[in-house]
Amino acid sequence: MKTYILPSIKITLVLLVLLAGLYPLAIAGIGKFTKGNGDGETVEYKGRVVGYANVGQSFTKDKYFWSRPSAAGYKADASSGSNKGPNNPDYLKDVKARIDTFVKHNPDVKKSDIPAELVTASGSGLDPDLSPAGAKVQAARIAKVRNLTLAQVNKLIDGHTEQPLLGLFGPAKVNVLKLNVALDELGK
Amino acid sequence: MNTEYTGVIFMYLATIALAIPLGRYIAKVFKGERTWLDFMAPLERLIFKISGIDPNKEMNWKQQLKAFLTINCLWLFYAFFCLLKQSHLPLNPDANPDQTPDLAFNTAISFITNTNLQDYSGESGATYYTQLFVFTFLHFVSAAAGFAAMMIVFKAMKDKVTDKLGNFWDYFVKGITRILLPISFVVAVILAFNGTPTSYKGKDTVITLQGDTVHVSRGPAAGMIAIKQVGTNGGGWFGANSAHPLENPNYLTNIVEDISIILIPIALVFALGFYLNNKKLSWVIFGVMTTGFLIMAITSINAEVGGSDAIAKLGISQTGGAMEGKEVRFGAAASAYWGVTTTVTSNGSVNAMHDSMMPMSGLAQMFDMMINAFYGGVGVGFMNFYIFIIIAVFISGLMVGRTPEFMGRKIEAREMKIASLIALLHPFLILVTTALAAYTLVHFPNINWAEKPSAWLANPSFHGFSEMLYQFTSSSANNGSGYEGLGDNSIFWNVSAGLVMFIGRFLPIIGPVAIAGILANKKFIPESAGTLKTDTATFGIMILAVIFIVAALSFFPALTLGPIAEHVSIK
Repeated sequence: MKTYILPSIKITLVLLVLLAGLYPLAIAGIGKFTKGNGDGETVEYKGRVVGYANVGQSFTKDKYFWSRPSAAGYKADASSGSNKGPNNPDYLKDVKARIDTFVKHNPDVKKSDIPAELVTASGSGLDPDLSPAGAKVQAARIAKVRNLTLAQVNKLIDGHTEQPLLGLFGPAKVNVLKLNVALDELGK
Repeated sequence: MNTEYTGVIFMYLATIALAIPLGRYIAKVFKGERTWLDFMAPLERLIFKISGIDPNKEMNWKQQLKAFLTINCLWLFYAFFCLLKQSHLPLNPDANPDQTPDLAFNTAISFITNTNLQDYSGESGATYYTQLFVFTFLHFVSAAAGFAAMMIVFKAMKDKVTDKLGNFWDYFVKGITRILLPISFVVAVILAFNGTPTSYKGKDTVITLQGDTVHVSRGPAAGMIAIKQVGTNGGGWFGANSAHPLENPNYLTNIVEDISIILIPIALVFALGFYLNNKKLSWVIFGVMTTGFLIMAITSINAEVGGSDAIAKLGISQTGGAMEGKEVRFGAAASAYWGVTTTVTSNGSVNAMHDSMMPMSGLAQMFDMMINAFYGGVGVGFMNFYIFIIIAVFISGLMVGRTPEFMGRKIEAREMKIASLIALLHPFLILVTTALAAYTLVHFPNINWAEKPSAWLANPSFHGFSEMLYQFTSSSANNGSGYEGLGDNSIFWNVSAGLVMFIGRFLPIIGPVAIAGILANKKFIPESAGTLKTDTATFGIMILAVIFIVAALSFFPALTLGPIAEHVSIK
């Protein structure tokens, strides 16, 4: 064993410097040239930072597009999913309650038009997006509260819809924070 | 065609397209041929010089294993004490506390064994020092160590009658400098440009548009996330792993991260063929692995895209599939695909919460880990497969009345004993510990522990049983994903899963290396009419049959109590 201990210690020290010291520093250096300088990309409204573009936040007021339910309460330093199994009776009660709440606030919407993402918690608890359907199903409520026409709201959603990668891969999505900032910028 | 499906198909095809040239490159590196990364040679020489290692000194399999085990012991102690005292170490801007002894024990073993089961959450349970100087470091070296162990087996298969099987340190260092570090670097840069943080700043405080105050965890995460994907590690920076929007910001990063999971494991299958000059053998192995992989992937994608029956009964739309525990930017298909890639390869990172997936997905994921050789982890996946090959050779030899031979060497009682013990170890570890946990839960639900067994499970009934079964399956397979509803940061789980990970890592490495070492020393028998050919489709089917028989017989009863019962009870 002795023949191996000393080389093990030495090579561990060298590799610590290389892999845990220099490598992340090099990436941090390159990160300086990215949007947000490696600190994370932020979104501003009226000169104030209102959040991170990629980190979802809670929207519960009727004048905003709601974000998805979150098992982490949108605490961005404690990401987590609900970890509820698909047939857990308590979980299904929660989902049912969310559907009822949604219907109450969106009386014009048919239940069968509510996409599952609006009443289920995301994996991270910080999902920044909705599907286009998840935004459109809220359009009537937003239009009513903000005195806009339905067409205006739908246009805004379309304008903020990010298409699949290269138009080919993955789902389309809408960033809820950016969409709501755009709503506020309409000034109504 | 639906863009969710095209995304998944693209990911798989792109992986294969990259894996074949990468396999050729890896074989070249270890045959000592020239490659375009030869500019790393001075760095390697420097590492060897400082460490006082002669990389050209040939070692036999016992010396190799001694070097492997010595350095792993060292890492275990280093990691344990760093985690135990992390609040006193530098780089802790968020002022996170020390880990408790049982948590540090579990975490240290988890990272040296390439498992990365995480009973802590990255945002609050680790510091930037431990994230980089323990986790990132161990991500690299645990993968490289598994890689080196596999190279010993490759070398033993190649050379005729020898006990000189190359140099452990040489394999180990080149695994890092020629393969893991360059690929990780590229992945990390892609992540950085797509929004993953890279700076050393601590949490930020923001007042949201609606007026809530939130603290946003950040850190030099991109480099760590890259190697955790590339090295089949899986232990992420943030608690939610690659479901976290900073760890995996968009569909492009999801493609890159998911390809990274299975790229090296598939490339190594091809590397074997290039290394031995036997491409046919590679294609047979690849065919067997791919058959298993595709069955599982299709099962799971089908279940997740189809959605949850229980949710359907509530009368809402599930056009996007089952969405509990999933992220909108990935969708159901890519989440299910990731769930299978991560479990076939012992990676264990997640982009959606497995605990909330459909029972058929849970079945596929657990089955992947129970086999643990459909592509498998970096290095170790092939070694698990090697055990199945040895058993298949022996059984088919007996069936057709030929001497069991593999690569020109007779397989005899000693090798078969080792192979059988290793093949049986995995079910033994998983089933015995799951039974122990279930017994404890039923008979001592209110025993005087900080976390009482009655509070372990987040879900009742069959799904609760699956949570326990999954945890030990993942530990023994050195996977590291989890049904995270399980209250695993408690003394019972920290200690038991820690021990299972430890045994499940080292014995399945020692076994194949020993078999390969013993075989390499045997007389070489040239191929004749009496030889059972191992590079044919027939033999591939034989291996597949052995895999399914070994796994189905040992695991089927447990799976029946968990995901199968859950699936059947819905209807």
